[in-house]
Amino acid sequence: MSGARSGHPFRPGRSGSPGGPVRIASGQGFWGDDLEAPVRQIRGGRIDYLMLDYLAEVTMSIMRKQLSRDPEAGYARDFVPLMERVFEDCIERGIRVVTNAGGVNPERCAQAVAEAGRRAGVGGRARIGVVTGDDLMDRLDDLTAAGHALRHMETGEALASVRDRVRSANVYLGARPIVEALCRGADVVVTGRSTDTALTYGPMAREFGWSWDAYDRLASGVVAGHINECGAQASGGNCSAEWWKIPDLAEVGFPIIEASADGSFVVTKHPESGGVVNLRTVKEQLLYEMGDPESYITPDVTADFTTIRLAPDGADRIRVDGVRGRSPTPFLKVSVAFAAGYKAVGTLVYAWPDAAAKARAAARILRDRLDRLGLAFDRVLVELVGWDATHGHLAGEPPRDLPEVQLRVGVRGMDRAAVERFTREIAPLVLTGPPAVTGFAGGRPRVQEIVAYWPALIDRTVVEPRLAIDVVEV
Amino acid sequence: MPGIRLLELAHARSGDKGDTANIGLIAYDPVDYPLIVERVTAQRVKRHFGNLVKGDVERFELDNLCAVNFLLHGALNGGGTVSLMTDSQGKVFSTALLRMEIDVPEEVAMRVRGRGRHPGRERHPGRERHPAPEGSGSP
Repeated sequence: MSGARSGHPFRPGRSGSPGGPVRIASGQGFWGDDLEAPVRQIRGGRIDYLMLDYLAEVTMSIMRKQLSRDPEAGYARDFVPLMERVFEDCIERGIRVVTNAGGVNPERCAQAVAEAGRRAGVGGRARIGVVTGDDLMDRLDDLTAAGHALRHMETGEALASVRDRVRSANVYLGARPIVEALCRGADVVVTGRSTDTALTYGPMAREFGWSWDAYDRLASGVVAGHINECGAQASGGNCSAEWWKIPDLAEVGFPIIEASADGSFVVTKHPESGGVVNLRTVKEQLLYEMGDPESYITPDVTADFTTIRLAPDGADRIRVDGVRGRSPTPFLKVSVAFAAGYKAVGTLVYAWPDAAAKARAAARILRDRLDRLGLAFDRVLVELVGWDATHGHLAGEPPRDLPEVQLRVGVRGMDRAAVERFTREIAPLVLTGPPAVTGFAGGRPRVQEIVAYWPALIDRTVVEPRLAIDVVEV
Repeated sequence: MPGIRLLELAHARSGDKGDTANIGLIAYDPVDYPLIVERVTAQRVKRHFGNLVKGDVERFELDNLCAVNFLLHGALNGGGTVSLMTDSQGKVFSTALLRMEIDVPEEVAMRVRGRGRHPGRERHPGRERHPAPEGSGSP
């Protein structure tokens, strides 16, 4: 992985001009996000890159489950029809697409995108880069034998205690493989478990030829990536500050990073699009899923979010500079998913009068029956949706005139049969419990297998030499 | 000193990392940030949440954003896919913090009172280009 140590010539036909800002647009914040957003980003004005973040920890385990049933699956399938729709536009206008849609099967994802490209008529005119090597599943026993205990980052326990239940193990990769794929001419880069931020700062590092010890610039790129990675959450979506004043969320404009060579950038969005980019929306996104702000750890740099300077720069434009970074740690983060039992959630709706009292009485009856059946669970949780499900005791006691409330009971445990039996104890409450109950037409609750997470660190030297970047013609 | 809700002084967003919820609390007006730093301590937040947070509460200050970040450990019933909670990813813990009341000087209370709440009559910001016909809407 050389490449980005020195600047690389711009490809002919690119819309950006050498030395000018590079526009990196966010198109998806998670798998399941607004399907039209990437299309609006491509058609709504000039962009140079489109980044699409499809992955969360939950998503990786879903993909792993899909792959175990079907060797052709295990990636964000939405990405394929999207590329079929926009591939021609992207190639014609020199827009490159960088995504972690590859999930746990990046090779198959890249093949499907190549097929979509041929259907879209870009055969012979496009290249796809695919990054592999983040998947440690087949190497786990070798790694543990070689002394890599993969201890849980919070509890310190060695992975051996759950080894037989491990479903997937992926390393979070940084931007180097993305930069290499771009330098080798990829128009579309498909990765597996890349960090969300790398999808944005990878293009910045490539365009400006940043060296890998330009920590302040890379850290600024990480901040840009953090703003881009949740889509419209930086441009008016899910914003708690006077949300009713945010215009036209129906056609919300996703964020665009207008990046400069020194690392500074402007957060903006296409003109005429909905939503808003202001200090409030950007600050809320900066704090989203934040840990220690002085140490935002990524594979390529540790960024200090307390050095970020924000300044308004016209309508829907926030300038960001001043970001400081320092050298990365010798470790990479591994996300291990392991089977951790079963859970199910059942609900019923109780109506006035005394809705909450009825729901609580029903919950007591249910628990009594579960006890009499001898069913043991690791955890039982009773919530009254419409009263205390989100604020707990802070909601106080429900008023007697509460018009209605949903009783929501969840159980979890290692014994699937017990959880299964629980799902059969909800409906009987309708005729055998307190009155004025409805909302059970959906049938029995579903038993879900729990796939839990085991965050661990691994020495980067056992991962990085095994990374592979393939660039193939469509 | 009069009491106000944090809702009137700050906006907030929350998220998760495992069994930990984070809440970023951001002053609407930079002039109120020192008051937030002084009054909304980690201990105070821990007390506010009571049994909703099993572990410690940590606080980090971001003077540059006029914001503080809280980590609420052991708040998510195991977190992510394990949790049985409706809010298993801590998405609305932020609003539970905004309920918290703090005492502030009279002039602050006067200035911020009523902020943070929807004005009451239904407005649909997405439909401003297509105004509703006269006489529609709630009384």
